[in-house]
Amino acid sequence: MLPDSEGGNNISLSILSQGRGKMENAASQQYARGLVDTDNGLISRDIFVVDNIYRDELERIFPRSWLFVAHESQIPENGDYILGRMAEESVIVNRDRDGKLHVFLNNCRHRGMRVCRYDKGNTRKFMCPFHAWVFSDQGDLIGVPKLETGYHNELDKSEWGLIEARVYSYRGFIFACWDEETPELEEYLGDLRFYFDDYCELPDGSYGDWEAFGGIFKWRVPCNWKFGAENFGGDYYHNPSHASVDQVILSPAGVRGRHTYDAVTRERELWKLNVLTKEGHNARGELFKDIYEYVPTYREMAVVEDYFRDCYRIRQKKLGDKSRWYGHGGTIFPNVSYSNGVQSMGSWHPSGPHETEIWRIFLAPKDAPDEVKDVLRHYVIRYQGPSGLTEQDDMENWGSAHEGARGTIARRHAYHYGMGLGHEQRSWPAEWLGGDIYASEDVSEQNQRAYYARWARMMDVPPGSSRQPVLVKTAD
Amino acid sequence: MDTTLERALLDQLLLRQQVEQFYNAEAELLDSRQFNAWLDLLAEDIRYWMPVTINKESGKWDEERTREGKDLNWFDEGKFELEQRVRQIETGLHWAEEPISRTSHMFSNLQIMDNSCTLATRCRFLIYRNRGETETDFFVGKRHDTLRRDGSGFKIAARQIFLDQSVLLAKNLTLFF
Ligand code: FES
Ligand SMILES: [Fe+2]
Repeated sequence: MLPDSEGGNNISLSILSQGRGKMENAASQQYARGLVDTDNGLISRDIFVVDNIYRDELERIFPRSWLFVAHESQIPENGDYILGRMAEESVIVNRDRDGKLHVFLNNCRHRGMRVCRYDKGNTRKFMCPFHAWVFSDQGDLIGVPKLETGYHNELDKSEWGLIEARVYSYRGFIFACWDEETPELEEYLGDLRFYFDDYCELPDGSYGDWEAFGGIFKWRVPCNWKFGAENFGGDYYHNPSHASVDQVILSPAGVRGRHTYDAVTRERELWKLNVLTKEGHNARGELFKDIYEYVPTYREMAVVEDYFRDCYRIRQKKLGDKSRWYGHGGTIFPNVSYSNGVQSMGSWHPSGPHETEIWRIFLAPKDAPDEVKDVLRHYVIRYQGPSGLTEQDDMENWGSAHEGARGTIARRHAYHYGMGLGHEQRSWPAEWLGGDIYASEDVSEQNQRAYYARWARMMDVPPGSSRQPVLVKTAD
Repeated sequence: MDTTLERALLDQLLLRQQVEQFYNAEAELLDSRQFNAWLDLLAEDIRYWMPVTINKESGKWDEERTREGKDLNWFDEGKFELEQRVRQIETGLHWAEEPISRTSHMFSNLQIMDNSCTLATRCRFLIYRNRGETETDFFVGKRHDTLRRDGSGFKIAARQIFLDQSVLLAKNLTLFF
């Protein structure tokens, strides 16, 4: 049984029994314990490739979830905007004339034309090119041509502003959500907060300003959007597929290997951990068994070495025992993944069941010396993304796994997600990692199981249902 | 015709011929997967740069590309980094290129902008890539090079690659431009 649902199972069972009567057509699937059998570690290939299921995801997963849309440093000034994306749809993320953040559907209320056609800029209004309705930077419809002669003043402009999402900026990372019922982001993150906070901390352990490098990597991969999400959520098992990059020099430490920490952790005793939260979010990283001294890493670059050495000491002093946690990354359900070290943040945007449009930004500490920013920038470009030596091979995996889910015969056979089933340990190896988290050492598919269990719970609740699809609190 | 003018024209044609031959040979190396020989055509201090393209309004086209040395770029690297890419392919374990792609590099619209101690050239490129059974990509854009004379040939001292896409429509950039 999946440990994260000990409390939640009862709820999802009752959801199922209530829900069954409402499922009228054959397209309604039973997801939990049906296509997604996390108790036995079996997941149907259908969930990656079937059109109906994909359409259900667009209704049942994305509009009910908090989705990452931009980082505040991308729109620093009042009036700044940048285009984001929520599932398949374009959104405008802006800071209005008063400094307030908004997320609007980039879609004219009249006939749906994009009201903003540039990737970023600064403006006080968005004029639709089609019939020239004008919306303010606060979303209000402020201009309608021929309001008198055409509409006879019978159009109530106050009813036809841009469609606006809920917005929450979590330590500078802007999330948006369409659903009023979804809990506040902090509650939504649940036990992932410790891990995401760790990601948000600067290298010295303080909360300060990160700054996104200019530009967004946007590219298309021929696979279902969930393959990337589950991979970033915790799949140390796929390390063999990175054998090639581990034979060349990618790490800024200037030695073989792809991680900066490869050079650092060699001498240390640690647990490499997969961490699941009952909310279905995932994290991964290392917990050192002791408080270790800084290991010189950037030997040839004095400024960079000094910066990270100082940060390390300050962080250790500030966080004490908790400085033993060294996060690698994770996935915020459903499609937001972050990576520590290369400090990336991005989304797996669904673009049909068979294609994902990946968006990724990379950040550096705003006040770090230019040399540090430069090292980080070069590293991330060469690590992740379509030109990244590492992710190139990941995408090969996902694309091929996706293709492997399409065949008629292939789909009769579920994927195996059973690794480490029943070996998850609650609130381990340190209690402060979270009271309700479960962890496994090295390789395990516990994170994927928790992720798909959450996915299934939401998929079993049709739109318009009065039931709460997002189980944040367990019912104990 | 005036003989000095004729001489100048002939010099231009000869130079153009040399540059075209150089690029033909370069494409041949890439398309026949002689990556180490291709690396030999690059100056030790080469800057190899491909920005990300941003959709911007008229009048702001100077902001249409991410900046070299500052922003995210598809590539912003030197020879050492390009060598690592070749090494990775050579492992035979770089699954994104194993089995390896079939590429055909084409260039056209060659212009030689500056012919002093270094040469500044511009051209359009079209690269066809096919891999496995049906994986197919076209990469089309502009290439601005700085060439340095080297004996009877050239070394590429800088290459700026402007791909005509904002959302990259290929899953990876495992190829060389
Ligand atoms: S579609 Fe925007 S004004 Fe008509
Ligand atoms: Fe990977």
